[in-house]
Amino acid sequence: MPEIRNYTLNFGPQHPAAHGVLRLVLEMDGEVIQRADPHIGLLHRATEKLAESKPYNQSIGYMDRLDYVSMMSNEHGYVLAIEKLLGIDVPIRAQYIRVMFDEITRLLNHLLWIGAHGLDVGAMTIFLYAFREREDLMDCYEAVSGARLHATYYRPGGVYRDLPDSMPKYKPSKWHSKKETDKLNEVRSGSLLDFIDDFTKRFPGYVDEYETLLTDNRIWKQRLVDIGIVTPERALQLGFTGPMLRGSGIAWDLRKKQPYEVYDRMEFDIPVGTNGDSYDRYLVRMEEMRQSNRIIRQCVEWLRNNPGPVMTDNYKVAPPRREEMKADMEAMIHHFKLFTEGFCLPAGEAYAAVEHPKGEFGVYLISDGANKPYRVKIRAPGFAHLSALDEMTRGHMLADVVAVIGTQDIVFGEIDR
Amino acid sequence: MSKAKTLSENLSRAFAGKLQTNVVANDEVTIEVAAMDLPGVCTKLRDSEEFRFETLIDLCGVDYSAYGQTEWSTGQSSSGFSRGVQTATHGYMSFGDELPPAKSGRPRFAVVYHLLSVQHNQRLRVRVYTEDESFPRVPSVINIWNSANWYEREAFDLFGIHFEGHPDLRRILTDYGFVGHPFRKDFPLSGHVEMRYDPEQKRVIYQPVSIEPRVLVPRVIREDNRYFDLTSDAGKK
Repeated sequence: MPEIRNYTLNFGPQHPAAHGVLRLVLEMDGEVIQRADPHIGLLHRATEKLAESKPYNQSIGYMDRLDYVSMMSNEHGYVLAIEKLLGIDVPIRAQYIRVMFDEITRLLNHLLWIGAHGLDVGAMTIFLYAFREREDLMDCYEAVSGARLHATYYRPGGVYRDLPDSMPKYKPSKWHSKKETDKLNEVRSGSLLDFIDDFTKRFPGYVDEYETLLTDNRIWKQRLVDIGIVTPERALQLGFTGPMLRGSGIAWDLRKKQPYEVYDRMEFDIPVGTNGDSYDRYLVRMEEMRQSNRIIRQCVEWLRNNPGPVMTDNYKVAPPRREEMKADMEAMIHHFKLFTEGFCLPAGEAYAAVEHPKGEFGVYLISDGANKPYRVKIRAPGFAHLSALDEMTRGHMLADVVAVIGTQDIVFGEIDR
Repeated sequence: MSKAKTLSENLSRAFAGKLQTNVVANDEVTIEVAAMDLPGVCTKLRDSEEFRFETLIDLCGVDYSAYGQTEWSTGQSSSGFSRGVQTATHGYMSFGDELPPAKSGRPRFAVVYHLLSVQHNQRLRVRVYTEDESFPRVPSVINIWNSANWYEREAFDLFGIHFEGHPDLRRILTDYGFVGHPFRKDFPLSGHVEMRYDPEQKRVIYQPVSIEPRVLVPRVIREDNRYFDLTSDAGKK
């Protein structure tokens, strides 16, 4: 009789379904997973250590590069922690802009997630659909910050600048004829708010399109239903947050439970799953996109009617206006000190968390009173989720590992930091 | 009374004698316990009806050895200040340097736990200092909160803190075969070794780093009277 034994399979680190650089060591019994051991750290850049050697403002750009598909949400956690220690207030208009861009970021993240998750499981079309909409949302990023991905738009005390009155436009080229660019530029002729408003009117129709592709699709359901079930008790034990926790039936959302900025003025609902399987988490995230759309509409409405400052006038933290700097000695000194030395935070510690598209993104800041942080700890939601991969895949087939990685919405920028 | 104050008082009542400090700052409660008391306190924090901290949100190590050190002192001067002097703080570290002695007066390593109670919508920070500086040890909380597994591996990897009772304490973020604990303050920012392909040996080799340590903006501590609460002890200099 031949000897039967488990064998070990190496998955990644270069594998299209590994969402970046995940190396998985899988112990298999035939095609069934006995143990999954993720090896992470291949994208470790020591963001936290780098932040210790720089003035506070210079690390905002690093935050974009953590979870590189939900850039502004990362910045939000970091500036909130600084603002908490400094004890400064943010102008109300800046708070609305932050909420609006947090939700735009949530759409960006969930669109990439649905595209990549579909692709992992074998649905090609959804990827192309999702990227069509991401293009429009990245245009919003570009209009407001000049960068399509790594915006560095949130600053301690507000946001970098007010919303622009015009949108960047397409120019005719070898790839786009004049007729095509005119069509694309039609919705971009007004201000950024007009463009976002138009997008929010179109977007529910797009979500319907995704749902007709997937929600009742037989193959999609065969791949997701009852895969990676997590009970509510286990989800809490394993440190799950965000859609992973809500998919298991716990209605926990920081935007409702510990509201920051102006989320307490927004009307939206929290979708909750019942079975805790991958399909429920899919439904939760789809509904979250519709709810985000609702929030964006409310913000656009408010922002249209309420002009005002978007940055605090506390010049110890935020640079003064350029005209003032030319005329006023004190403003010039403030500017000089801010850009040569930065600002000092009072000694102490603070933890600020935001409802990031993937879960709770927290920044724990220790300051010894200097112009650089003494210690920054980034609490990335994906880190806790991926650590549960072993438990979620045990007993499933090899192909289900890919479905579970997809449903966890893994991005290595934040896990490896 | 704020929610944080209430929690702080309830904690003092429930853990009389076990809390070394119990502070409310920025609307956040921080308690410090001794390493030997940690498992008991944590189990009670999770299970007792009035706390119910079901989730360990975050766990991280901290190295306090360079706390309060600056690279440019700005006391009083009648002849102006110099920027030409480089003091050996962790910003200027290069291979083989030693840190100046710590003056913070507290143990070097600490582990900080961030807890969340979904049921009561509350957060709590627990800090544990390790006693032995050369071999820092803390009991593992992996059996109380399973999410501690990778967080403890991370703190071990980056700070060299040992979690007693952890079943699988391996490195997690650094490379296979990495030497040292990179987030300690005496580990230079540039690292010790760099990697390149050697065309002669036809393989990838490690060699000492060729990067010169460089600080663009020196680390300074400004005394800002707006932040000192003269009524509290913390504000007194």
